[in-house]
Amino acid sequence: MYQLKHDPDICAKCPSPDCLLKCQYMSFDTEEAHEEMMKVCRGEDSPVLEKCVTCYACEEYCSQGNHPFYLIGERREEKGILTAARPITNQWINMTTMQGKYMTGAVTDKVMSCCFIPDLGALGSGKLFEEIAPAFALGAEFMCPAVHTHFAKMSVVKERLPIVLENFAKLGASEVICLHDECYGTFTSIAPAYGIDVPFKPVYYMDYLVDRLDALKDEIRPLNVSVVYQRPCSNRLIPEKFPVLRALLDRIGVQLLEREYQGENALCCGEIIRAVAGYQRANDVQKRNVDDMAAAGAEYCVFNCPFCQSTLSEMVSKQGIKPIHLIDLCKMAIGEK
Amino acid sequence: MEATRKLEHGDLVHRCFRCGYCKFPSEYVDFNCPSYRAARFDTFSPGGRMWLVRAWMNRELETSPHFAEILYSCLACGNCTEHCVYPRFKDYLTDIFEEAKAQLVDEGLIPPPVRDYFKAVSVNGNPYRLPQEDRGKWVEGVDVEAFSDQEYLFYVGCVGSYDELGGRMARSVAGLLSRLGVSFGILGAEETCDGNEVKILGEVGLFDELAKRTIETFSKKGVRKVITLDPHALNAFRKDYGRLGGRFEAFHYTEVLAGLVREQASAFSAKGLKVTYHDPCYLGRHHHVFEPPRDVIRNISGMELVEMRRNRLDAFCCGGGGGNFFTDMIGPGEDSPARVRIREAFETGAEVVAVACPQCAKMLTDAVKAEGLEDRLGIKDVAEIAAEAMQA
Amino acid sequence: MTDILQSLIETVGEKAVSNRAEELWFYARDPGVLEPHTPAYVVAPKTTEEVQKVVEIANRERIPVVPAGNGMSLTGLVRPLKGGIVMDMKRMNRILELNERARYVVVEGGVSQGQLKAYLEEHCPHLRHSIPDAPPATTVAANVAIHGQGRLTQQYGFNSDMVTGLEVVLANGKICRIGSCSMGPYWFSKGPALPDLSGLFLGWLGSTGIFTKVGLRLFPNKRIRDVEIFVTDRIELVEDIIYRLTHTEMAEDISIWFQPKPLMFKDNYHINVYFTGDTEEEIEFKRKMIWDALQVYIDSKDGGFMGVQPMKPMLLEQPQRSVAAFADVPKGGGFEYSGPIAPIEKFPEYTEKLLELAGKYDLLYAGAARIISGGHAMMYGISFAFNRADPEMMARVKEALDEATEYALGLGGIPWKPNVTEQQIAMRMMDPNTLDLLRMVKDNLDPNGIMNPGNWEVG
Repeated sequence: MYQLKHDPDICAKCPSPDCLLKCQYMSFDTEEAHEEMMKVCRGEDSPVLEKCVTCYACEEYCSQGNHPFYLIGERREEKGILTAARPITNQWINMTTMQGKYMTGAVTDKVMSCCFIPDLGALGSGKLFEEIAPAFALGAEFMCPAVHTHFAKMSVVKERLPIVLENFAKLGASEVICLHDECYGTFTSIAPAYGIDVPFKPVYYMDYLVDRLDALKDEIRPLNVSVVYQRPCSNRLIPEKFPVLRALLDRIGVQLLEREYQGENALCCGEIIRAVAGYQRANDVQKRNVDDMAAAGAEYCVFNCPFCQSTLSEMVSKQGIKPIHLIDLCKMAIGEK
Repeated sequence: MEATRKLEHGDLVHRCFRCGYCKFPSEYVDFNCPSYRAARFDTFSPGGRMWLVRAWMNRELETSPHFAEILYSCLACGNCTEHCVYPRFKDYLTDIFEEAKAQLVDEGLIPPPVRDYFKAVSVNGNPYRLPQEDRGKWVEGVDVEAFSDQEYLFYVGCVGSYDELGGRMARSVAGLLSRLGVSFGILGAEETCDGNEVKILGEVGLFDELAKRTIETFSKKGVRKVITLDPHALNAFRKDYGRLGGRFEAFHYTEVLAGLVREQASAFSAKGLKVTYHDPCYLGRHHHVFEPPRDVIRNISGMELVEMRRNRLDAFCCGGGGGNFFTDMIGPGEDSPARVRIREAFETGAEVVAVACPQCAKMLTDAVKAEGLEDRLGIKDVAEIAAEAMQA
Repeated sequence: MTDILQSLIETVGEKAVSNRAEELWFYARDPGVLEPHTPAYVVAPKTTEEVQKVVEIANRERIPVVPAGNGMSLTGLVRPLKGGIVMDMKRMNRILELNERARYVVVEGGVSQGQLKAYLEEHCPHLRHSIPDAPPATTVAANVAIHGQGRLTQQYGFNSDMVTGLEVVLANGKICRIGSCSMGPYWFSKGPALPDLSGLFLGWLGSTGIFTKVGLRLFPNKRIRDVEIFVTDRIELVEDIIYRLTHTEMAEDISIWFQPKPLMFKDNYHINVYFTGDTEEEIEFKRKMIWDALQVYIDSKDGGFMGVQPMKPMLLEQPQRSVAAFADVPKGGGFEYSGPIAPIEKFPEYTEKLLELAGKYDLLYAGAARIISGGHAMMYGISFAFNRADPEMMARVKEALDEATEYALGLGGIPWKPNVTEQQIAMRMMDPNTLDLLRMVKDNLDPNGIMNPGNWEVG
């Protein structure tokens, strides 16, 4: 079984334990943050293992690249600590079991990964995706197993990820364009953290879209709208890709409004918090988040993750903000929506 | 005699639960299967019909005039296909009924009106038993060119060519297309029957013959784009002609008009007319053309479009589908589909029912008379409405 | 032409009578697994008077008459077990009266659930009735005749408890009104404070009279309706979970379900909790109460609320189309279920039996229970899907369901919409004095045995 590449010495010598210090769901001072993280490193009991809502943010906060979130998951699993209820945890494991019900298109040297989310198949269409849409892959066999980190089932991640990678390898593509941040994050963050080789080049869909919009430059009609952005948890695994969003929005004439819960300070959509921490916690987070969006005065709330979109669309709409996926926004700009 | 009867999709027939979702529109406001709505025995509902077909295939039931009546009372309106809750099975409902009818044709056990229809089309090339050379007579009074190398062929079809009301509608469309500068021509006496009803009624051989004849004429003339008057023809062209070698694009006239009226909206105005639009099954449910005809009406200033309770995918058939326009298997009476539909249209408070199909036009015009509403409700096709609203 | 046929034609008109092979074949069966019984005639009356005359003909000729709605009980209750006339009630489809302030509606005996729903949405959107998950073509009258349940059964009891009056055609042809409508123009009570005669008809499956009019309670239709699903893998907790939920009095509808496929549902028990509110505040208050009620199991990680957002449109639909869709799981167009009514404490034992039967008879199952009247009981649905093209599988379903009923009733349950075999099991287990009373009622109301004979017939 693969081992997490985590170095406790790095944590021991960490000048600023941002992993816990910046956490929006637990409150520690610098000394406590350092001490609690060291307990986690040593495999001792810590309130962190009980209270972490699995928002992934500490992966971004850690300036040392020492994977605090994956470590918390490992320790929880070692101690048999469940994040969500056992039946919910197992529901996710069962739901994402590979059953041979996947679908693939005519893959060439590239494949468009729709993960296990049919909505991504619908999003990955039209002119922007005309080259790669026929080369889609969809199903549990191609699903990045990162979701199980929410449930501290790191063993499931380690068991399934190599199979997923092998399934992509069997398709014979050298590039996998990931329409879900979770997939790109899995291939570029989780896999190296566990020393798992990725036999292809993962391509981030926003990078792909930037290139496509440049190619279709003449067809772009600037949208001239102002938006807020719901940053998904998995974007925390790939903070280096956060700036691509702005590059993309610039190309289609969209103004990204400043608000409190953005960037590093982004709030989770609440769906996972609902499962692991209950209704009131989730409700509080969602309310603060959506009120903040409304206060910014945006016309649209732009989603990157279909799950966030599904979770928050109704709430966002009730505030008079139109929910839209980033891809659909780009399609609008070239007159497709 | 074979132990069981075979149909192309016979292996699906047992999958009907006959739960009855197929009888309704999406909001359950009334029964939406026209033959069930009229007959009221469950045997005339899609589920009942499907179960009877299965019993007949298994030879628990034999072919009888009543069985044929039940099958031929299906108007192929597609409501059942739209509302059946079983994916994959639902797509074949009307195909299965069509295949069963084709089997009845093979067995030679079809209702007399259906037999007479086939005979008329076979002998005369049209169900009206009128001479082929009369096909172009509808055009008298309108300045329309014969097709040579124009952009579109305007295909009129049997009802537009021979029926008085159909002819009026054809003239409206042709006149308006001319005024709007569309490049088109007609085939006149060279036009042949599209065969849509022939196929729906189960005479597959005759349909293939008619379709091939039409395709041959089109290709000889170099037709690439066709505007149809009748959504029934549109259905045959879009659904069946491709596999028989037809290589042309087909549009309903409202699809062409919508863009032109929008572009020249300032040329259209009416004085406070309230209109409701009746979706023809072969335009709406079968080909999802819902908005173009409505767009024409909406783009005429001073015209108010009101919807009937059942519209678009939930529209109630006028009773003219599935060949019933010619065979009248459902028969008259207050529960006849057209009269039910007219009462629904009248409830909206509209002064005019806009139609986009010559068969609907005729069925609904007759129903207005039967309901005694001649002075209160008019039936006009979309082109006629637009033409009247177009300033000279 | 026979005298009977001629009489029927004179009564309801030629188009509304059939003795043709096609109608006789169709009306001989329902979509369940039980064998057909062929009628001699099918009629479709349009008025109470026509029903009355048909019953008089049946009485004169001593032939049975069997009222039918959409025939969806699945337990063969509209099959004419002893031949005779099947009476398709669906032409009697007028909604006669809506008393908005007294919150009831009076409908004819063939009005469908779908039609009533659409009528209320159009004419009185702030009122609703308890819609069953049976398809919309099923009728209001048939539903109450079999003690059906619906989306408001948790809150207000069986749909038959919601009846506010009846018009019944008796076996002797008399038209009889039951409840407040027997004394005046109002249809607000089916019995109280009079002797409640509705019990002579409700639950009798048409074997004591034919419903030509039904008064039905309506309830507030709040602006917002929402659903949460609590999931647990510990069957022994289900009873307590329901007890806690019903204590809140926040839920309008609670049902429990489990099924092996798709895999995400494997090994878990899902408890759907529906609640309503006129404002966001009301909805959120109720949601909080519901969550709080189960916090103890959330804390112990034995249960939790699953994400429902993608499933919501399907779950909030009324009736729920996906219920009918279960019939096509084996790609075969059928399912049938036994539905004993029992205390909720029986959930684990019934479930164990269901799983045993599914294994023994090699059948695809779905288990479901709807909570009745705030927790007094549940309707436990033991459902098996079958392929209609596989008679051997249908025979296995029948055997499995017979065994299930025997077991469920043996543990103290009572049968819901029982087929003939289940009625016989029930009567065998019944107190002899109760059975005598049952016989007295039936003999007096139907001395010639013409009303859906074979049903509730004491041997």
